[in-house]
Amino acid sequence: MTGLALLQLIVSVAVLLFCAQPLGVAIAKAFSGQPLRYLRFLEPVERAAYRLCGIDPTEEMSWCRYTTCVLAFGFVSFVATYAVQRLQFMLPANPDALPAVSHHSAFNTAVSFVTNTNWQGYSGETTMSPLTQSLALTVQNFVSAAVGLAVMFALARAFTRHEASTIGNFWVDFLRAIVHVLLPLSLVLSVALVSQGVVQSWGPAVEARLLEPVTGENGSLFSTQRIAVGPVASQVAIKQLGTNGGGYFNTNSAHPLENPTPLSNFLEWFAILIIPAACCFAFGETIGDVRQGRAILAAMLTIFLPLVVAATMAEQAGNPVLASLGVDLTHSPGQSGGNMEGKETRFGISASALWAVSTTAASNGSVNSMHDSFTPLGGLVAMSLIQVGEVVFGGVGAGLYGMVIFAIVAVFVSGLMVGRTPEYLGKKIGAFEMKMASLVILFPCATVLIGTAISVSTITGRATILNPGPHGFSEVLYALSSAGNNNGSAFAGLGANTPFYDALLGFAMLIGRYWVMLPVLAIAGSLASKKHVPEGAGTLPTHTPLFVMILIGIVLVVGALSYFPVLALGPIVEHIRMMASSQ
Amino acid sequence: MIRATIVSIRVLLVMTVLTGVLYPLTVTVIARLVFPDRAEGSLIREGGAVLGSDAIGQSFSRPEYFWGRLSATSRMPYDASASSGTNYGPLHPDLKKAAEGRIAALKTHPVPDGAIPADLVTASASGLDPHISPAAAEYQVRRVASARGISEEAVREVVRLHSSGRFLGILGEPRVHVLRLNLALDRMKSER
Repeated sequence: MTGLALLQLIVSVAVLLFCAQPLGVAIAKAFSGQPLRYLRFLEPVERAAYRLCGIDPTEEMSWCRYTTCVLAFGFVSFVATYAVQRLQFMLPANPDALPAVSHHSAFNTAVSFVTNTNWQGYSGETTMSPLTQSLALTVQNFVSAAVGLAVMFALARAFTRHEASTIGNFWVDFLRAIVHVLLPLSLVLSVALVSQGVVQSWGPAVEARLLEPVTGENGSLFSTQRIAVGPVASQVAIKQLGTNGGGYFNTNSAHPLENPTPLSNFLEWFAILIIPAACCFAFGETIGDVRQGRAILAAMLTIFLPLVVAATMAEQAGNPVLASLGVDLTHSPGQSGGNMEGKETRFGISASALWAVSTTAASNGSVNSMHDSFTPLGGLVAMSLIQVGEVVFGGVGAGLYGMVIFAIVAVFVSGLMVGRTPEYLGKKIGAFEMKMASLVILFPCATVLIGTAISVSTITGRATILNPGPHGFSEVLYALSSAGNNNGSAFAGLGANTPFYDALLGFAMLIGRYWVMLPVLAIAGSLASKKHVPEGAGTLPTHTPLFVMILIGIVLVVGALSYFPVLALGPIVEHIRMMASSQ
Repeated sequence: MIRATIVSIRVLLVMTVLTGVLYPLTVTVIARLVFPDRAEGSLIREGGAVLGSDAIGQSFSRPEYFWGRLSATSRMPYDASASSGTNYGPLHPDLKKAAEGRIAALKTHPVPDGAIPADLVTASASGLDPHISPAAAEYQVRRVASARGISEEAVREVVRLHSSGRFLGILGEPRVHVLRLNLALDRMKSER
């Protein structure tokens, strides 16, 4: 790793941590109904929303009722998103007269955006009209992220309640997430992005006269270039902040009109991690013990930082196949060198690798380089961060509640070792919590592995693989990992816009979202109904470096046990072959 | 369940208006007022004609122009209506073939000794990358100079004018804007 890459990493993470703490406090205060004084101007918006939606903000919900609202809202969102895509040809704001989206792609995309995955089987600029992008996709970017934040606060609140039958009000949590967190941050970020050259236009594609006419496929001569534009900045801001990742254009944040400069790249990168990082502080603030949130953040960073270094080194080392052709892969003042296939010049190796690790650690899934063209080890880092269950930062809200589940498993395992009843944050962890935590961990794993097995053992599943050999297997494994853990990034060589993959990945995304969220809400309900257990001499403190190490151990061991064999078939064997090819 | 569904519909409608209509329109209005050129795509205009976008690269193959990254867009290279990368893994045979093709094309013209910069033989992520590295520009100076019949120093001077460095010396990579550079070279010719 070069000195400059290291400097860029240190500065970036320092800025992130510096901002995460105050934002976390602000979020926690907003969710408790007492926003910071200078953010009070948002309260009338919140009250207006309650009135318009017919919500009684004082109503308290049991965990069952809370879950019902989550599911009902998900279902309504799915139907609406599906309908807009199917009907876009007869709706306004469709300047390029795009036809209806196919039924399987519309199903997949609706599930994808409702579950905060934002896997994109389609190519944005040639499939979705500006109206569909705004009314269906941008809206889901906001609301799916808000649902994640709401569930996280329901869980956090459960730790603070004792012998209670309720865990809060879903609609209140949801609307506070939109009004106090996502909307204001997105407005600021959008304008900052436009200042860097991210396009925000409702017009049709622009025709430009080429300086040198080019020969296209079939030998036809082109003297103009059609430049697709759209209301990009507003969608990009929320796709980054809401850990959505569904870009406006096909190549997402690698597209120069979606991410034109190193500064826009930094802002978009920052937006991937800021809310998940702030959630750690917000959690600590809500449960009344900021040390607990810091411990979770420390665990996340301890996994994250070495993996950034590893991915950067793998990408900087480059591809020996090209080196054998006399290509210069070394980093120098004149070039970033390394594995530049599928990377943009303005980002080079270090900003691309940092993004790849961040977008897969947080369940964002936007890309500024093509992960499919990464070196085997660089791709392995990205894939394994998805496979550990999107808990290293993870999705907005979702990452934190995922990590709390791992913390519950960690105290349980520690409790078994010393023969004491496990407790976490003043609550006894019983059999019910453990069963639910097992579901959270097992369902996505099973979905990924079984889904991959089905895909590679059927002709339909193998038909649309692009790369030969173990890399082709990696493409399928990555797709299922991404869908089953709600990440949304891809080894995009796999042709996933087929009825087979649209359906399979659609169901994987549903399982990855709701089979995590439901058990989490059940745990919240169960914890809220329990008595407070005062800290005793036998209580394992959960804010210490020791516990951080145990937590990291649990996350990594579960991930490694589940996925090591399948990773050996893909990226690991590919790495060995690549090294052999250079001799 | 029915009540939750009805509330869901109302919430989604309100959210659609708030985040799907008001939010993008507010951003559009602010963008139009404060950054009108950037909001419409940073277009490069000459007279009434649009010559391209500052953000989007174009394909060049004549010796008198600087060449950009390889592009994987399907209809034509640098098709800005359908961005795409190759998605070739490091061992894909076509990756090697594409690099060999580019190397052969470069070497039919005068080139300096030494290894070829990595970004010159690889395809960008978007297929629309407007930049090349300074090393990739330097590698082509001799060809462009001899094709245009001007000195290498004069070409280097234009390259310098269209180069940019890291943001604050930290973020991103140094780069040369290929379209701006080629437009400037043509302008220089017509001025002479």
